[in-house]
Amino acid sequence: MFKPALPTLLLLLLAACSPWPGNAEVVHSERSLYRNIMVEDKGDLRCLRFNVKQNKSNQSCLYKSQPQQLVFNYTKLLFSGLLLNSRPDNILIIGLGGGTMSNTLHQLYPQARIENVEIDPAVIKVAREYFGFFENERVTATDQDGRLFIKRALMKKQQYDWIILDAFNGEYIPEHLLTREFLSEARQLLSDKGVLSANTFSNSGLYAYESATYYDVFGDYFNVRNNKNENRIILTGKQALPDIKTLSQRLPVLDKQLKPFGVDIKEIFANMALASQERDWPQDTRVLTDQYSPANLLNIDK
Amino acid sequence: MFTRWQNPLIYSLAFSSGFTIMGIELLGGRILAPFFGSSIHIWGSIITVFMVSLSFGYLLGGKLSTRNASLKRFGIIYLLGGIFILPIALYANEIMQAIFLQTEDSRYGSLMAASALFFLPTVILGMLSPYSVRLLVKNKNESGQVAGILYFVSTLGSALGTIITSFYLVLYLEVNQIIFTFSALLLLLGLIAIAADKIIKNTAMQVKDQEVRHV
Repeated sequence: MFKPALPTLLLLLLAACSPWPGNAEVVHSERSLYRNIMVEDKGDLRCLRFNVKQNKSNQSCLYKSQPQQLVFNYTKLLFSGLLLNSRPDNILIIGLGGGTMSNTLHQLYPQARIENVEIDPAVIKVAREYFGFFENERVTATDQDGRLFIKRALMKKQQYDWIILDAFNGEYIPEHLLTREFLSEARQLLSDKGVLSANTFSNSGLYAYESATYYDVFGDYFNVRNNKNENRIILTGKQALPDIKTLSQRLPVLDKQLKPFGVDIKEIFANMALASQERDWPQDTRVLTDQYSPANLLNIDK
Repeated sequence: MFTRWQNPLIYSLAFSSGFTIMGIELLGGRILAPFFGSSIHIWGSIITVFMVSLSFGYLLGGKLSTRNASLKRFGIIYLLGGIFILPIALYANEIMQAIFLQTEDSRYGSLMAASALFFLPTVILGMLSPYSVRLLVKNKNESGQVAGILYFVSTLGSALGTIITSFYLVLYLEVNQIIFTFSALLLLLGLIAIAADKIIKNTAMQVKDQEVRHV
């Protein structure tokens, strides 16, 4: 009898925990060259949204009273990258959002050089004005297409210890940032100890294609998921991946470092799994290339 | 006798050139993205180059149609179009790489790349429209109607080329495979036009011969 009530209860619970309870106040909205940008306040929470209709399109959120605390689960998952390389001196972030990732990393590593690349100048402006996005001589933001930035950086023989790919807002996918050619360019840009974290599409038809393409370029990688399985971060690097035991030895130090930001690295670590062991995509999945990358069509085609 | 299928042939060629032009224009964004990104100015470059090329194509095609216009020459223009879209598939990466290394600003880089890749084939394909008018119009009275049907057919071709390429072709084929398919289509239709020209001339000659004998 109470069976149907359970999902309803869970839904209610979810709604209560979600960052969008009740009415929100629009602090700022504008139409940029690429999208609608909206900044909304609800109580202590401030969120950046790229679309008005969909409720799930929050890009970046922060608590105004505690800007240090990370709000989004998937942002927290990105920190698993530090398990592979705990001393990133040069960091490249493709896709700025509200700039919360950049801000947090700057607090963690004040000496690190952080370069943010964002295609939409309006997003950079909004991040500065409404999300306290912080820039100085070590932290910069460039308004450029990510692929272009990486190609130019390769020409200048630059290297990065950590590349974070977070350029997808869930509605329109830049198809040239999902291909084998792009990923191998990104891979070439990694230093010897370099690590790459990518936010991916976990619930769509694109999942298998993305998995196959990353596996093709990097070989094995870690799937990093949260409990609710809403997001999947792909974590991989230039070198062969260390085994679980080596990784677990780094946990205690990292845990202490990340606690103040609301990141529970132990829990994240517990949910990490090697792609080679899961193999959760069909063997014959087509790899995405510059020649074949209908990512947006595959994303609808569930 | 031959006019019965000559006009439908010319219309279907105009349809296919519209189809190919827009199919290629649409792929242009995909082709340029690896080197010049997907910023809004990339589409600015592509659309500009296609519009400029078409306008010159119209001018040239019109001029060309004033001297010895024939279905054969029409077919040859088609063959040239089929040949000149091939470098888009064969040499795009080398061409774009060279431009990418020379030009830092992706606005002018993409404009140069789009010109290098698409200018010639689009000029050639653009020549077909005025040339078709020349072949189709038999008297002054019907010229407006002929032009109207022609625009209808070729623009409908453009629309279909756009939607079929973006909705379906990219889902199953690689960019280069699509270009090769377009090229094969143009070459085939060009050859058909040339063959048709020959058949028409032969029958015309036979008719003349028979007339001569009857006399």
